[in-house]
Amino acid sequence: MNEVNLDTKPNLDRRDFLTKSSIGLAGLAIAPGMMLFDLAHGRAQDEAVSNKVRWGMLIDNTKCESGCNDCVTACNTENGLSGGTKPTDSQWIRKVQLKDTLTGHVSSLPMMCQHCEHPPCVDVCPTQASFKRADGIVLVDKHICIGCRYCVMACPYQARSFVHEVLTDQKTEVPRGKGTVESCTLCVHRIDKGGTTACAEACSKAGHEAILFGDLNDPESAISKRIRSVASIQVRADLGLNTGVRYEGI
Amino acid sequence: MKIGIRLTAILFSVFIATAVCAADKPQVPQLDVGKGGQCVEDPKLMRKIHMNLLKHQRDETMHKGIRGQKYSLADCVECHASNKTNSVLGSNEAFCQGCHTYAAVKLDCFECHTSKRKVTAEASK
Amino acid sequence: MQSKTFSRYESRYFYALVALGALFVFLGYLAMHTMEEHGHIVTGMNNQIVWGIPHVFAIFMIVAASGVLNIGSIGTIFGQKPYKARSPLAGLVAIALLVGGLAVLMLDLGRPDRIIIAATHFNPTSVFAWNIFLYSGFFTLAALYLWTMLEKRMNVWSKPVGLAMFAWRVILTSGTGMIFAFLVVRQAYGSALLPPMFIVLSFAWGMAVFLVVQAAMYAWNNKTLDPAILSRMKNLLGLFVVSSLYLVAIYHMTNLYFAKQTGFEYFILRDGGTYPMVFWAGYVLLGSLLPLALIYLPSRVNSKVVVSASLLVIIGSFALLYVFILGGQAYPLSIFPGYEVSSSFRDGEIAKYAPSLPEIMLGVGGLAIAFLITIISTRVINSIPHDAAAVAKNDD
Repeated sequence: MNEVNLDTKPNLDRRDFLTKSSIGLAGLAIAPGMMLFDLAHGRAQDEAVSNKVRWGMLIDNTKCESGCNDCVTACNTENGLSGGTKPTDSQWIRKVQLKDTLTGHVSSLPMMCQHCEHPPCVDVCPTQASFKRADGIVLVDKHICIGCRYCVMACPYQARSFVHEVLTDQKTEVPRGKGTVESCTLCVHRIDKGGTTACAEACSKAGHEAILFGDLNDPESAISKRIRSVASIQVRADLGLNTGVRYEGI
Repeated sequence: MKIGIRLTAILFSVFIATAVCAADKPQVPQLDVGKGGQCVEDPKLMRKIHMNLLKHQRDETMHKGIRGQKYSLADCVECHASNKTNSVLGSNEAFCQGCHTYAAVKLDCFECHTSKRKVTAEASK
Repeated sequence: MQSKTFSRYESRYFYALVALGALFVFLGYLAMHTMEEHGHIVTGMNNQIVWGIPHVFAIFMIVAASGVLNIGSIGTIFGQKPYKARSPLAGLVAIALLVGGLAVLMLDLGRPDRIIIAATHFNPTSVFAWNIFLYSGFFTLAALYLWTMLEKRMNVWSKPVGLAMFAWRVILTSGTGMIFAFLVVRQAYGSALLPPMFIVLSFAWGMAVFLVVQAAMYAWNNKTLDPAILSRMKNLLGLFVVSSLYLVAIYHMTNLYFAKQTGFEYFILRDGGTYPMVFWAGYVLLGSLLPLALIYLPSRVNSKVVVSASLLVIIGSFALLYVFILGGQAYPLSIFPGYEVSSSFRDGEIAKYAPSLPEIMLGVGGLAIAFLITIISTRVINSIPHDAAAVAKNDD
């Protein structure tokens, strides 16, 4: 076995090196242009998502206005939610009023599915209906959700809602149905078309600019630049979930 | 005992024969095909495998974010929703409901998906 | 083994019992149908309390099923003769309880029609998914176990199968505890104590259920149970009840001391209204202290007293599960420690819940399923404990 010369091919090392390094150099030259191209045109709709992108949001607590509910209203309209606040009504995003128990400082912020990198809801789902898409969005595949509500129990942010009644007139892009669990989809139907989330859009329109949506994996995106320059935290960072939604000013 | 068995066999055969004779010729449901025209696949093929096509497409869309493809459910509804009611459900002539009621196969899609075609603001004026 | 004073009306009583059981199963079916047709809005559950009364019934039955089999294990593995005579009955009751419990659990799902997906899309990180696998294995092993005990030539296999059954049971009940233990964010649940706590609870609840079933069987067949055996079993029940009380106490103490979850503990033990009342009066008093008094205080063992103690333990188990499952969900999550929070989604609020009729009917329906399976199978299979030989040996 030791005598056989395994290297029966001609020595390609040098050729290989030259080929690879020239491709690399060419790539480096063209890449910035291609990246801009990608950003400008987004992912083609027949192309699978990849983990090159990680969608996230940065919410500025100092800019969030206490009485404003525009993000909630926008989410309800976009996704066909009733907007009701009965204990059995679904709420994908909610405004939480915070009061620091020691200082008495009052503020508010929107809370929704945090799109964790290590989602507890995905770990506990018996059917893998709760899953994380390659680009970081945590979704419920309602085709296979059996409605056991274990994910609702497991979510640290109480982000999930269970559909308690028969639904009609759903939005075409947002199927929702009785007996399944749902939560903020990061407006996946809009993002897949290159858009932004409804809540971020509404907050901009209202002039508060408290919600910033973008690609966390792209160092040149607005959100990446901002989280590099301004201190931001994850809610319940002690759980080590690496959420896609971060908050500044808390 | 033997007479009992023979009697049961005779009665059973008579029953089956009566049922067969009395049965109507199978009637294919008359469907309201909505916009009609050329379907993405041959109707005979669709009747056989539309469920498999939809199931494959749903996983592609759900997990890979691939949208707007040939077998999109939303596009099916867009074409096949009745021009009167804008829905693929609602009566036994409705496109999806008709055959599914006839074949007694539960229609699960529209528990979550809307059965109505998207009516744009301009069109509804 | 029929006594001379066997009732002439035995058949009628039997069919009357079956009819009664079938009636409650039907009521459970009605409840399930309503829930499936209209959704969970017909129940008392909501987005803060997603697991309600059906889960209380289901988890009781599943844990008790595992515990009932323990009685057989004491016989098969530890070689205690009176318990060995009870192994077939234990096996049957265990299967009946597990079927009932799983029925309630599965019918409470949002989409029970999709239950097969749990088998086709298996998530290896989900304790829930593991439990579904463990429960199926439980049925197979329990059936095998019954076979080794009831078929004479298979008796040699009863010990290895019994051992496998015991191990499987421990894993399964630990798994039931782990369903809750892995919910680290909930102050009621994220505790490593839960798997052992559930194991000890299963011993107590299983023994209590078995004592009730055994007493009914003997009473309805005009047989008397040897007081020596009854005394042993009731003392064992007492030991299990004390151990359960101990573990529940430790669980609350670790929550208070190590985890510093004082807010939650005060809610459950003192301030929470219904929950402290159900815990102290239902579980501690009625479900533990009173049965212990009934078990240990009387000088002579009395079947009626033992059955009363067992029934009280069962009531206590429902009380404990009510506080554990519902109280655990009622207390709000601590999403922003150090802040007082409020929102339209009831952040920071104690969630409100009231049991509803469909939930109770579904739960009772599950009990009725277990009841039906028990009375039909014990009529068909020779499972009544045959103690005469053992008693005779002792007299020698």
